[in-house]
Amino acid sequence: MIVLRHVTKRFGSHVALDGISLTVEPGRTHVLLGSSGSGKSTILKLVLGLLRPDAGEVHVDDNLPRSARLAQIGYVVQGGALYPHLTAARNVTLPARAAGWSMERQTSRLQALAALVDLEPELMRRYPHELSGGQAQRLSLMRALMLDPPILLLDEPLGALDPIIRASLQNQLVRIFAELSKTVVLVTHDVREAFVFGAAITLLSEGRVVQQGTLADLAHRPADPFVSEFLSAQAPPPEMTRDLGR
Amino acid sequence: MRRRAALGLATLALLVAAAAARAEPPSVRVGSKSFTESYILAEIVAQIVDETGEARAERRFGLGGTGLAWGALAAGHIDVYPEYTGTIAQAILKTPALTSVDAMRAPLAAQSVIVSEPLGFDNTYALAVRRESATRLGLRTIGDLARHPELRAGFDAGFLERADGWPGLQQHYGLRFPDVRILEHALTYPALVAGSLDIIDVFSTDGQLGRMDLVLLDDDRHFFPEYAAVLLARRALVERFPRTWAALQRRLGGRLDTATMARLNALADLEHRSFAEAAATFLGRSSTASPQRARQLATLTLEHLELVAISLAVAVLIGLPLGILAARRRRLAQVELAGVGLFQTIPALALLSFMIPLFGIGRVPALVALSLYALLPIVRTTHAGISSLDSRLIEMTTVLGVRGWRRLAWIELPLASMTIMAGIKTSAVLTVGTATLAAFIGGGGYGTLIVTGLALNDVGTILAGAIPAAVMALIIHAAFEALDRVVVPRALRAAASVS
Repeated sequence: MIVLRHVTKRFGSHVALDGISLTVEPGRTHVLLGSSGSGKSTILKLVLGLLRPDAGEVHVDDNLPRSARLAQIGYVVQGGALYPHLTAARNVTLPARAAGWSMERQTSRLQALAALVDLEPELMRRYPHELSGGQAQRLSLMRALMLDPPILLLDEPLGALDPIIRASLQNQLVRIFAELSKTVVLVTHDVREAFVFGAAITLLSEGRVVQQGTLADLAHRPADPFVSEFLSAQAPPPEMTRDLGR
Repeated sequence: MRRRAALGLATLALLVAAAAARAEPPSVRVGSKSFTESYILAEIVAQIVDETGEARAERRFGLGGTGLAWGALAAGHIDVYPEYTGTIAQAILKTPALTSVDAMRAPLAAQSVIVSEPLGFDNTYALAVRRESATRLGLRTIGDLARHPELRAGFDAGFLERADGWPGLQQHYGLRFPDVRILEHALTYPALVAGSLDIIDVFSTDGQLGRMDLVLLDDDRHFFPEYAAVLLARRALVERFPRTWAALQRRLGGRLDTATMARLNALADLEHRSFAEAAATFLGRSSTASPQRARQLATLTLEHLELVAISLAVAVLIGLPLGILAARRRRLAQVELAGVGLFQTIPALALLSFMIPLFGIGRVPALVALSLYALLPIVRTTHAGISSLDSRLIEMTTVLGVRGWRRLAWIELPLASMTIMAGIKTSAVLTVGTATLAAFIGGGGYGTLIVTGLALNDVGTILAGAIPAAVMALIIHAAFEALDRVVVPRALRAAASVS
């Protein structure tokens, strides 16, 4: 369970988050939707404990101290943030090595995760510059899952990929999240992606929560003209409107 | 971090101490200034020391001028070196009234220094002109020069500054030349002969005097003091190695007249024989020259390599932690980089001479100065390399639980390795060049040949030191290119060549 209460975060004179409150239920996937600069990534960094709020409270799993939080959270960013000097395998097992796991334990976990995200084992010997964008992104997910954390934070994980790969990975991720029953917070600017992943959506604009609910709530009962504006700016594909039951 | 810095300093201290204290049989450290006669006299002393067999001669030749050589003797960094009575009275004891060796014994003894019997020749200053201009202008005495202020004079730096040199002479004879240049002593002769100078200062034993058509102007008003050659030795040498001291007195005392000394100087200056050969000629021994030269080059190469390797290792051991520290603490970085940069603004030769009061002469001060000099590129590139890493990659280390030394060793140093290696490479190549200056304070290496060559005005000898240094710089550069392949992760090199 992740709870933010009246959280404000400033960078100099810029207000990144302005009194945000948010609850993410355990085992559920929650999508933070908004355009760039809306403060979505800042929320993830507050949850990770990389940033401290200027006002308000951030609770993770009933008050885990900031220092213990990181072990409970996996983090994936756009592009993957893989280390270019390490092989795929080394990148993925990095947190396990830091935690002092035995080689056997690292290897078996690596194999299990490769199977989970559907990556060929021999890819593990390659270096990041020898991998495609989709492969790098899946490796990054493997690394986030290495220590089997209950919480997974994803910041535009599919942002840098071409549309076809993006669509197939979206489906794969939905399957994986369902299989693992983790608490997932996913940040995206893409309405379609929000629909694919999230039952619960929080729409953000300029550091404030505009509306929370399902995509149907947002589409049919917009709290604000901005909601309709944001949704229609990214014209939803036909099957999406069908699924919404128009 | 503080502990790591302390560790670096401790390692430096150990390295320096190890360099200083290589266990060897008892030695007599023989010094010389950096001009031909001083080299030859010192070489004679060294050969007599070796022959006597009480101790091994350690040659610390080419110690610049009087200040350096006397300073080294007074501080106990050398045991014996040749000096001149005039210089002792004027420059060392600063009592020009003292003229006899006997009068100098007591004040020198107060500083634990013993003076030998005069060696037999007098090497006084004199002014020389071409015979042609002497005839044309009717120049016979120094006083005659007062009538010709248009003459161009070229003096060596020592003569120009010493009270018993140009300043005093000018006053004594009422001379005034608007055009006085400073030249390295050995270069004054060719300049005079070529006609680009009209008057130079010479020593009465200079080898060139016998070979060139020059006139020495008469010091008719007796300005120049007597410059009788003697040996100055530390009392410890005389007490510890009495047979050696007795042999030096017996074989040198009163045995070397002015003509002999001029002949020995000519052997080195004009016939390009080594100092060792000239010394052996005086001692009545034949010497084999060429194998000695080859061995000398091997020795100098080792010495030079050692200077570069140790000072570079020390610079890396200190520079790497300093660079890392600077990358961690932004405010400290400014102070640190400015501080390290300061060393670079000091001319290398000046930095070397600053080391003398602290560490004496020889390898240790040279190593300290070279290490300081090599520091800047390493600190700067380490700082730049680490602080310019992709902030998302560094932030991710925190998330993944990779902290402290692991973050440094697994992530930051490998990622920055290409930049850091470039800095170390730059330092290494620079140090090969700078290390040639170590010879000016008795630090050895290829610079020894360069300093000697300068004293002899022998381009061949200078090149014999300069070319191997250039070759060594190239080899070291190539070696570091190869080392890159080991140190820089393969994928980083591949990624760099793709992008």
